[in-house]
Parts: sequence; structure tokens; C-alpha cells
Amino acid sequence: MKTLLKYREIWLVVAILALAIGVSVRSPGFIQPRSLANIFNDTSILIMLALGQMVVILTRSIDLSMAANLALCGMCVALLNVAFPGIPVPLLLLAAAALGTALGAINGALVWKLDIPPIVVTLGTLTIYRGMIYVIAGGAWVNAHQMTEAFKAVPRTELFGITLLSWFAIAVVAVFFVLMTRTPLGRSFYATGINPTAATYAGINVGRTRFIAFCVAGMVSGLAGYLWIARYAVAYVDVAGGFELNIIAACVIGGISIAGGIGTVAGAVLGALFLGVVNNALPVIGISPFWQMAISGTAILLAVIFNSRGERRRGRIILKKAEVL
Amino acid sequence: MSSLTDAPEAPVTHRKIPDRLDNPLRSALLSWETLLLLVAVVIFIVNSFASPYFLNAWSLSDLTFNFTEKALIALAMALLIIAGEIDLSVASIIALASTLMGLAVQSGADTPTLLAIGIGTGLVCGAFNGALVTGLKLPSIVVTIGTMSLFRGLSFIILGDGVFKGYPKDFGFFGQGYVFWVISFELALFLVAALIYWFVLHRTNFGRRIFAIGNNETAARFSGVRVARVKFVLFCLTGLMSGIAAVLLTSRLGSTRPAIAQGWELEAITMVVLGGVSILGGAGSIVGVVIAAFIMGLVTFGLGLLNVPGIVMSIFIGLLLIVVIALPIVYRMARK
Repeated sequence: MKTLLKYREIWLVVAILALAIGVSVRSPGFIQPRSLANIFNDTSILIMLALGQMVVILTRSIDLSMAANLALCGMCVALLNVAFPGIPVPLLLLAAAALGTALGAINGALVWKLDIPPIVVTLGTLTIYRGMIYVIAGGAWVNAHQMTEAFKAVPRTELFGITLLSWFAIAVVAVFFVLMTRTPLGRSFYATGINPTAATYAGINVGRTRFIAFCVAGMVSGLAGYLWIARYAVAYVDVAGGFELNIIAACVIGGISIAGGIGTVAGAVLGALFLGVVNNALPVIGISPFWQMAISGTAILLAVIFNSRGERRRGRIILKKAEVL
Repeated sequence: MSSLTDAPEAPVTHRKIPDRLDNPLRSALLSWETLLLLVAVVIFIVNSFASPYFLNAWSLSDLTFNFTEKALIALAMALLIIAGEIDLSVASIIALASTLMGLAVQSGADTPTLLAIGIGTGLVCGAFNGALVTGLKLPSIVVTIGTMSLFRGLSFIILGDGVFKGYPKDFGFFGQGYVFWVISFELALFLVAALIYWFVLHRTNFGRRIFAIGNNETAARFSGVRVARVKFVLFCLTGLMSGIAAVLLTSRLGSTRPAIAQGWELEAITMVVLGGVSILGGAGSIVGVVIAAFIMGLVTFGLGLLNVPGIVMSIFIGLLLIVVIALPIVYRMARK
């Protein structure tokens, strides 16, 4: 299994490289370090969110409310910034992460305590969170001139040649890598997803593990909420509308099994990068950005067909016969 | 509400093994439609007190335009979800079908051709989903997230940020016409479709097979149910209904943009789940889905009369979804 996983990620790297080199034939500037840093910067938020979603999907759940959570947290900190320009940005960042965690905890609690299927819970909270943005902002926009300079500056500040936004993504990737491979909690996410019954017997509280997964996804969404609003310097109801699907797409392309228990940090990052490279490549080679959606759709379909081969389990030969029928 | 207490208790086990989550709806299913009907009546009464414009034949007729197109999709989606699958691409199928109809109008197609194109596109898209899910044995949620992007993406490629207009005059009947007095064509079609779906799901062998698959796919297979074929047909049906919805919506709006029907998949699924269909498959009824459709229509229309913006309505829809599902569970927990 492990070699198979590696195999898949190597293929993703090859696909991304081939894409980048293919594009650079048409436009040599595409693989300049400066341009690559830009692509990474553009993809940073998607990478973080994909990692949060990955944890949730690993536990056999799904979080459709991440983009709405992001937009709500973003709007809240933007309003805070307008009302109290004195609050330092790190504090706002903490506030966004805390609020995001709280919203994620609502999802998690409904899944854990009431046993409502995650897709129903997050379908509901998706519309509720989105609607709350309208309620707290009164339908108004928060525009760039209302925000303080410090608020807008954080994601753009450059450190060692790349932006702070990119550094955030790198930090999040590092944290997730340690969490997933070096901590009992990370392993329990996998255990919960691959076999909840066995996990229960092994002493893992499956419900609580799911709850924590939703909190993690919520925290990432909150953090990304501040970064998104600060980067684009505008907050309105439809911020990141439909982005939840891009997040899931990144996970699927990255080889994270929707059935739970299978997936790696590297996979999620590469899945997000793949989408990022595609999106950045289109204008460069003169294809209308309107192609973007169809291309990412095709990429999802190809990825899931490709993934399903690796996921066929060998230990189930008895049931295999039944499946053939 | 009293019948809720009569519902059989879930067996008490010493340890909980949540491999396949216990379906909380099943025990309340007997009274689910009753509960929904109660909710509908309450909302109806609240609405008629809240706005003087509500209790009027034409208002009530207008109300139905809010949900009939989505509800048509919800009927087929209910069958699909009962069978344990899901289709997230329905709204994108509408976009693609509508775009292709618009394209045909530009080359002077007449109304029957448009109908054939709209419904045909839906059917082909549904078959495409079905083939991927059943032929390649892929999870439907991921496949339809992919085709959701793909179908609407195709419509973006064709249309860009443009718009198709100039549909023939008689094409407008499907979305704007009335069959009899205040009964619109859309409403009549929905009621007929609901009757057909009710009959198919609850009174035919095919319907029993759908439940069998949703409850235990392996057992169904060993009982001689051709699981793949049934599922394929259900995906085709969902596509077909999306195609019909595309005809109605395009006819009602008289124009096509690629962002048409955005977010409808979530509303259709909300209707299905609110209607008492278990998202885990194996349980549900058409009556519940029809009542749920009316509830959604009543809520949005009532709030609309009170000048509540659409985005705030969505809070109510989301709350309704979670509360209605959580209520029986909380009730059962409280009794323990």
C-alpha cells in the first residue's frame, strides 16, 4: 500500500512538472523562480484548506462548509478591523482562527453528539454561515479603503523572497506533516477512517476524533479567512463562493480517498498545486479562463479513476466475486 | 406528535460500533410525513398572518414557481439517494442543457427541437454519470463533483460571460403558461411527476429493488437484483429530470447564462433529506419529499413577502434542515 501511495504522488509530481514544462515551451517566463513563487502564493490558501479538508475526509466525513466558514471569519475580522483599527493584526489572526474553530466545532458536535451524517450537517451550516455574513454586515461590503494598512499588509509582506502568505502555507504544511505522521492524534484520524470498528476496539473514540477533525478544518478555514480578506482587500457575502468544491477537488486529485483512511499531506499539497498550476497556466498559453472549470472537472474525473485502481483492496477476494456479478 | 412516542425504541447495546451509523430517521419514519405536514400547516398559518398578500389564489400560485423545478429534480434524486448514491451535478446539467438550447436557438431551432435538445442533454449527462459510477465502480459523490465542474465548465466555454436570448414565443408556455385557472403548467407537471414517482417507488418491483439496494447492496445482489443496472437507470432518470427542469427554467427566464441555477443541487438535496429520505440510503418516501418541497416553497415565499433577502432565507432553510433532523434524535435522547 505504501509503495502504491508513493507511486501516486510521484505521478502527480510528474504531471505537474510536465504541465509546467509544456507551458514554458509556449512561454519561457512560466518556470522562472519569480513566476513559480507567484503560483505558490496564489495556491497557498487552497493548500491550507485542502489539508484541513483532508483530515475530515480521512475520518469518513466531509466538510462542505469550509468556504462559508472562511468567508464568515474573514468578514468578522474585517468588521473588527474597521470598528477598532487599534487591534493588532496578530490578535485578529487569533480571533479568526478561534472563530473558525468554534464554527467547525458546531459541525463536529452535530456529527458527534447527534449522529447526523456530516454531509447533511455541513450542507445546513454552509447556508447558515453564508447567511450570517449578510446578517452581521447588513449586506454591506467592507472595502480596501476602510481597512487599516497593517491589516492588508500581512499577506503581501515579503520575507526571504516569498510572501508571508506563502510562509503561512509552508508553516501549515509543516504542522500538518508532523500532526499526521508523528502524533497519536494524526494516526487516530487514519484509524477512524480505515476501520471505525477496529479503531473503537483499539481505544479510539471515533466520534471525538471526527469532532477534532472538524475543529481542525474550522481553524484552518478561519485562518484562511483572514488571509483571503486581507489579500484581496475586500469582504462581501459571496467571498470564496463555491470554493468548497475546489478544496474537495484538490483532495481528490491528491489521492485522498473519499471513503476515508487513505491520503497523505504531500498528496493534498500536490493536488492543490496541480489546480494552481492549471489556473495560472491558462492565461499564459492564451486559453480563455472560461476553460478553467471544465479542465478541473476533467482532472477530478481522471484522478478518481486513477485513484480507484490503487484503492482496490486485496484482502477481500471473497467479496470480489460478489462485486463482479 | 404522540405517534412519535409509539415509535419502536432502538435496541440498547453495551458498546457502540459506529461502522454504519444507525439511521435516526427510521424510528421516526412512521410519523415523519405527519410531522412535516404539521410544519407545513404552521408555516402556512404564520405566513397568512404575517402578510395580507399571502392568502390569495394567485399569490399561492406564484409560490409554486419557487420550487417546482427543483422539486422535479428532488423526486428523482430521492430515488437515487434511497439507492445509496447521490448526484451533485444536477444544477450543472441544467446549465449545460440550457446553454445547448440557447445555442440551437441561435441557429433557428423551433420549440419541439429545443425540447428534444434540453431533455436529451439531461439524459445524456445522467447516463454519463451513471456509466462512470456503475461501469467503473467509482464513488458517486466524487464523480458528480467532477461532472458538476465539467458540465458547467462546458457551458462557460460555450457562453463565456455572454447570454443567449430570443427563445421562440411558444417556448415560453412551459415556464409561464397555465393549464387551468391558477394551476400553472409547472405545477401540473410536478404533481403528475410526483404521482408517477410515488407509484414507481412504492408500488412496483423496481421500487422495491431500490430500497433493497439502499439497505444492503450485497444482499440485494445475491437476491438477484441487477444493482448496476438499477443504479444506471436512476442516474439517467435524475439527468432526465434535470433536463426537464432546464426546459422549464429556461422558458421561465427567457434567457441563458452559464451561472444559471447555481446552488440548486444543494436545495434539491435539502428537499430530499427534509422529506425524510435517509442520506445513508434505504429509507424514504415520495410523499415526504413532496411535502418538503412545499415547505421550502412556503418558507421562501413567505419570507419574500416580508422583504427578507434571499441570503437570509437560506439561514432559515439551513436551520430547518438541521433542526427537523435533530429534533427526533434529541427527543429520543431526552426520553432515555
